[in-house]
Amino acid sequence: MKQNSRPINVGIGDLLSFKWPITAISSITHRVAGVLLFIGVAFMLYALDLSLSSEQEFIALKEMMVSPLGKMITWGLLSALGYHFVAGIKHLLMDMGVGETLEGAQFAAKTTLFFSAVLIALAAIWVI
Amino acid sequence: MVTQVVNMSRNGVSDWLIQRVSALVLAAYTLCIFGYVVLNPGLDFETWSGFFNNTGMQVFTMLAVLSTGAHAWIGMWTIGSDYLREHTLGSGATTLRFIYQVGCVLIIAAYLIWGINILWGNN
Repeated sequence: MKQNSRPINVGIGDLLSFKWPITAISSITHRVAGVLLFIGVAFMLYALDLSLSSEQEFIALKEMMVSPLGKMITWGLLSALGYHFVAGIKHLLMDMGVGETLEGAQFAAKTTLFFSAVLIALAAIWVI
Repeated sequence: MVTQVVNMSRNGVSDWLIQRVSALVLAAYTLCIFGYVVLNPGLDFETWSGFFNNTGMQVFTMLAVLSTGAHAWIGMWTIGSDYLREHTLGSGATTLRFIYQVGCVLIIAAYLIWGINILWGNN
């Protein structure tokens, strides 16, 4: 009989010791950022609405955006947008057949995380 | 072909294409707005509203709003179809997924109407 080392039951310990491949981390972050942006569109439309309504409301929006909460929301949305943008470009490149091997996909995931980290840091500097 | 009432997507090939085309519109619009804001520090109301007060920018903004709706629908539909499923959530999954999808559609519709109102409303 062949030895089978596959676990019969998957316990909580197996789940905790499971290591996410970098490609999976990159992919799920793209989804999370997408959902955040879906909610974030409400904030963006609200800001656009105020900014184009009148001078008073434009100034009121500027004041909101320099408050600590306003800065957090702005930075959060810029971060989600930055990540989703970079990961989206990775997707479009892969659609064209770039980096479709395992190594290529791992390199693309690392590059996505690197460039989005740079954008998120730049967004933080810009917001502060 | 198997069709379901709760399968609120037309077909995968057109979804795939719409997702890409709307992504390109949104990427271009993002670069346009960020480029403008970064190149014009200390923006005031006159300059900002002037930037939006022409047909080109209004049409581009409307295209971005429509692309957001299409892009968000395909993305949110995909996520719902992947996670709100019978084998993880049990028999109530289909009902839950339906409520989730209707919620997404209503939010997207509200976004579209809001966007139109901002651009062409009387304010």
